[in-house]
Amino acid sequence: MAEAKAVEIKKLAAAGTLRKLLADHFYELDQAVKAGHPKIAWCTSVGPAELLRAMGFLVYFPENHGAMLGASRMATETIPTANAIGYSPEVCSYLTSDIGACLQNRTPLSAAYEGITAIPKPDVLVYNTNQCRDVQDWFAWYGQRWSRPVLGVECYRGVGEVTDVHVAGIAGQLEALVPPLEEIAGARLDPERLRETVRLSRQCSDLWKEVLETAAAVPSPLTFFDSTIHMAPAVVLRGTQVALDYYRALLAELKARIADGVAAVANEQHRLYWDGMPIWGRLRDLATLFLELRTCVVASTYANSWIFNALDPDDPFRSMARAYTELFIVRSDPYKEKYLEQMIATFAVDGLVFHDAKTCPNNTNCRHGMPQRLQERLGVPSITISGDLNDLRCYSDEQTRTQIEAFVEQLAEKR
Amino acid sequence: MTSRWSLGLDIGASATKAVLLDGERVQARALCKSGADFAAAAKACRDEVLTSVGLAACDIERTVATGYGRHRVDFASTSVTEITCHARGCYASFPRAITIIDIGGQDNKVILLEETGARRSFRMNRKCAAGTGAFLEEIAGQLGTPLAALNELARQGTGNVELGSFCTVFAKTELLAWIARGTPLPELARAAFRSVVKRILEMDPLAGEVVMTGGVVAHNALIVELVSAALRREVFVPEYPQYTGAFGAALIARET
Repeated sequence: MAEAKAVEIKKLAAAGTLRKLLADHFYELDQAVKAGHPKIAWCTSVGPAELLRAMGFLVYFPENHGAMLGASRMATETIPTANAIGYSPEVCSYLTSDIGACLQNRTPLSAAYEGITAIPKPDVLVYNTNQCRDVQDWFAWYGQRWSRPVLGVECYRGVGEVTDVHVAGIAGQLEALVPPLEEIAGARLDPERLRETVRLSRQCSDLWKEVLETAAAVPSPLTFFDSTIHMAPAVVLRGTQVALDYYRALLAELKARIADGVAAVANEQHRLYWDGMPIWGRLRDLATLFLELRTCVVASTYANSWIFNALDPDDPFRSMARAYTELFIVRSDPYKEKYLEQMIATFAVDGLVFHDAKTCPNNTNCRHGMPQRLQERLGVPSITISGDLNDLRCYSDEQTRTQIEAFVEQLAEKR
Repeated sequence: MTSRWSLGLDIGASATKAVLLDGERVQARALCKSGADFAAAAKACRDEVLTSVGLAACDIERTVATGYGRHRVDFASTSVTEITCHARGCYASFPRAITIIDIGGQDNKVILLEETGARRSFRMNRKCAAGTGAFLEEIAGQLGTPLAALNELARQGTGNVELGSFCTVFAKTELLAWIARGTPLPELARAAFRSVVKRILEMDPLAGEVVMTGGVVAHNALIVELVSAALRREVFVPEYPQYTGAFGAALIARET
């Protein structure tokens, strides 16, 4: 048969600390529900977490729960329940898997953390539509079910250059959240605490960026698949000191790997970039397949999405507005192409993998000719994998495997 | 380094094909159904070519397996994807810049080769099997016609029935409506063939010289004619289109 393929994913030592951080995060939320305080705000992954944290809320991120539903493959069992009440198989499968799980009274948190039996009920739900409109519908369902207020920010889309008009529009919406949030929190916003939270969030972002940039080393000490795990603090704990401590330790470990010549993928032969959502239920399988093929997926648009260069503690509202509008996901295709071109150069990428996620058009960038334009302009080849973030009904293991193997064979021909 | 006896095995979704090379020359070919046991199908095909030339398994210097079942062949030296093998097999017959359309049992591929034979890019159909051999099998079943007779039946149609659906199930529903109206079977068979061609044309602009391969092409010459008509130019087919992947695998076995 083909070559011996006994390969193991090289785990980062920081993973142990990460498990504890996340356990602390979820137990703190669970305890708050049981004690009735502090109050809990649900927030979208790039929603105004800094504002919520500064106002004393504990912050819970349903998209993080969605990823857990996907990674545990519980989503496969819960999505149909949401489909049955009218949420189409075509809409965001974070939404359908999460609502389905709620209807089934299930959560992957129970298996991961003893004693936690349910997701933490919110006192308020706050979205930013920069991820998609589905987050609004998702939060609206919970708001109605539990009679909780739903607040939000409506973003711009297809943004080329981020202008003062964009910033003023989003900053105004953020400032307008303050009075209703103060009423729910029962306390006034402390401007100094907001500045401090924004400062911590910016530092977290800077450290996360440094972590991801270690993958520019050849061989890379880090894979995209590692980053999908280690990004958790940048999402759910940004604006806290523990996130900074974590990323300082992770960065030191990655720098040590570079100094010692330790590659995340042994005998790295090819370097790829991943655009689009992870396929959460197949992370391990795909990580292993790329290891077997001596190919490192070194960087991704997805993990980069929690880098917020614009955050400025001296101008919190306007800088949050700019940071949330500079996001790749809301930008124009010309901007996105330039961004990808820069990533290809920075990470010395041989090819691109576009994930066409069936239920996530907003985070899918291969439907309007971008892969073809990039190949034409830069000569960088790509493949498009049909799949989904959580709904494995939209994914073919065998076809994906063949495409990836064939792509690596194509890259090998060019060497 | 090159081998004298090299074997290529293409364990496809529907059929398993073997090509045995003596140096550069094809000495034997064999084909059997893949069924539910890919390993057994691969062995049966190998044994058939070996018997036909009076060789034993130990005489084969290298074997390359390709196709859906490529990882199930324990006697293969290595496995290579069908995309690479089809490209290699096709380029041997057409050594120039070409666009290859392979219509298989479960998937379609479009492979673009540069002048040197290096691959520029490739596409596969989406997860759905609409437009593949499996689609024609479904339609033959619905029409109560043996699959082998579908090509001749479709030839008798004039092309006045159009199927609009992407999906095999929806296409079958559309056919039901035409059946209910008493539409002659040849029109329905031709509509199915045209549907396959539409799925292919959606995959790529199909620039330059086009070569078609695969089992569907081998048994349904009308598909090639319809693609040629749609592109308004000649479309080329190798002498043994169904064996292209196995041939490419044998060439790779010989060269590695």
